[in-house]
Amino acid sequence: MDIEELFKVVKARFTDDSHGSSEKKEKTDVEIPQDLLFKCPRCSGVFYNDEFVNNKKVCPKCNYHARLTWQERLEMTADEGSFIPLDENLRSLNPICFPRYEEKVRKCIDECETNEAIVTGECTIRGYRCVIGIMDSHFMMASMGSVVGEKITRAFEYATKKKLPVIMFTASGGARMQEGIVSLMQMAKTSGAVKLHSDAGGLYIAVMTDPTTGGVTASFASLGDITIAEPKVLIGFAGRRVIQDTIRQRLPDDFQSAEFQQECGFVDMIVERGMMRKRLSNILKLHGFPKEEKGK
Amino acid sequence: MNNLSAWERMEIVHNKNRPTVNDYIPAIFTRFMEFHGDRLFGDDAAIIGGIGFLSDVPVTVIAQVKGKTLDENRRTNFSMPHPEGYRKALRLAKQAEKFHRPVICLVDTPGAYCGIEAEKRGQGEAIAKNLAEFMTLKTPVVSVVLGEGGSGGALALAVCDELAMLSNATYSVISPRGAASILWKDGTKEKEAAELLKITAEDLMRFGVCDKIINEPDGGAQTNPEQAADSIYEYLVDAVSRLKTVPMEQLMENRYNKFRKIGMFTE
Ligand SMILES: [Zn+2]
Repeated sequence: MDIEELFKVVKARFTDDSHGSSEKKEKTDVEIPQDLLFKCPRCSGVFYNDEFVNNKKVCPKCNYHARLTWQERLEMTADEGSFIPLDENLRSLNPICFPRYEEKVRKCIDECETNEAIVTGECTIRGYRCVIGIMDSHFMMASMGSVVGEKITRAFEYATKKKLPVIMFTASGGARMQEGIVSLMQMAKTSGAVKLHSDAGGLYIAVMTDPTTGGVTASFASLGDITIAEPKVLIGFAGRRVIQDTIRQRLPDDFQSAEFQQECGFVDMIVERGMMRKRLSNILKLHGFPKEEKGK
Repeated sequence: MNNLSAWERMEIVHNKNRPTVNDYIPAIFTRFMEFHGDRLFGDDAAIIGGIGFLSDVPVTVIAQVKGKTLDENRRTNFSMPHPEGYRKALRLAKQAEKFHRPVICLVDTPGAYCGIEAEKRGQGEAIAKNLAEFMTLKTPVVSVVLGEGGSGGALALAVCDELAMLSNATYSVISPRGAASILWKDGTKEKEAAELLKITAEDLMRFGVCDKIINEPDGGAQTNPEQAADSIYEYLVDAVSRLKTVPMEQLMENRYNKFRKIGMFTE
C-alpha cells in the first residue's frame, strides 16, 4: 500500500464517528470562563468541562481520548482500595548539573502529587492481580529519566519474582534531555527488564495513551506481548515537527494516530476508555490468572 | 589526555576526511563479506553487516556507514538508519548467536532516521526490539563509537558487554542543536548545549556508559587513519578474547547489570 492510500484508510478510521456521540454545543461566542470549557486539540470542538469530565475525558464529538492524571487513570482502572504503591520515594538527582532541573522537578512534584512521572504498584482489576504502571504526562511530559527508568525496571523485576502480569499505561515525550546520556540508558535498562520478565514467561500488556513518543516508544512501550491503544491518541517515534522540517511538507492530522499505528501493524487493538477494565481483565483471565474474591 | 571541549571534538568528528567504517572494516577485519537485507522489507545501506575474521576469530560486524562525499551520503542516508537497518542488524546478531560468533558493532550515526516511511515501518518498535534482544544475546557483544553516537539510533547497536569510544567521539541523548532549540529556542547555540550535555568519552566513562577510551592520533583519526585502525584492532582483539572466556551465564548477568546500575536518584 502506498503512503497516500494508507492515509486514506487511516482517515476513514479516524473520522468514523459511530460512537454514539450526539449533537453538541459549540457556542464559542458565549462568554464563559476558560476553565469551564474543554477545547479538543483534535477536532477543535468546545464543550463544557463537566460534560467532558463526565465522559471520562473523552471528546464527545471526535472520541479523542484526552490525557489523564495518574489519579484519574488509577481510579478508572484499579479495583477500589486494591492499589499498593511501589517505590514511591524515589526522587531524581541532577546527573549532568542541568540548570534549574531540580527546581522544575520540585514544581512538578507539588503539582502532580507524585515524586515522578510514573506511578507503579500492585493492584487488582475486576479481581485479577497485576503490577501496574501509570505515566502522567503532566509531570515534565512524562519524560524518562533515572527515576522513571528505575521504577519501571523494578516493577518488571518485582513482577518476574512474583510471577505477576504487568500493565503499563504509557505516555511520554521521550527521554529526559535534562539527565543527558543517563536518560538514554534507561531505554536499555527498561527494555532489558521487560525481556527478562518475558523470558520468564511473564505477560506484559502495553496500553499506549496520549502521547507515546520518542525514547519510550523506542523501548518498553513497544515491547508488550499485547499492545493496546486508546482511540485517537498520538503514538510515534520522531516528533511531528522534526519530520515536517525534514520533508518540508505538512503531515496529515491523523499521522501517528493510534489508528495509523494499527493500520501499520503496531497496535493489536484500540480500546475505548469505558471498556478498558473489562478488556484488561479478560486478557488476564484468558492467560489463566485466577480471580480473587473481594476483601481477600 | 584529551583536553578538547565537546564542541572541538564535534568539529573533528565532522571533518570530511575522518575515517569511516569503509576505511576501518578492511583495515581491521580479514576476509570480510557483506550480507544484505532484513528478510522483511529490504536492505538499508546505512548499516553494513557481515562476517569476517578479527585476527583468527570469526566475528559478525555491524556498522553504521557515514559517507565522505555527497553521493556516498545520499546512498547511506547520512548514516541515519531506517527500521529495516535495525532489523538487519538484529537478524545478523541472531545469526552470530547461533554460530557462537562475537558481535562487533561500529556506531557512527547522527540518529535513527525521522521520516514518514520510517514511522510507517515502526522505527520505535525496531529500536526497542534491538535493545531487548541484544540484552540477552548469548554471544559477546562489543560496541565502538567511532564518531557520532546519536541517541536511540546509536543505542540500538550499543547494548553490549563493553562499550569503547574513540577519544574524540561523542554520545548523546539529543543533538546539541536539538537541545539548544528546545532550551533557548535557538539552534545556533549548539556550542553551549554541547558542553552542557556532557557527551565526551571522559564524561561517559564517569557515568559508567563507556568502558574504554581508544586514543586517536593527535589532531584526530583523519591525521593517521592506519594508526587509528590499529588502535581499534588492538582493543577489539583484547576485548573479544577476554569476553570469550567469561561463562555465558556470567556474561548475561554482567551485561544486564552494566545497564541496570545506570541512573542517579535518592530513595
Ligand atoms: Zn474532539
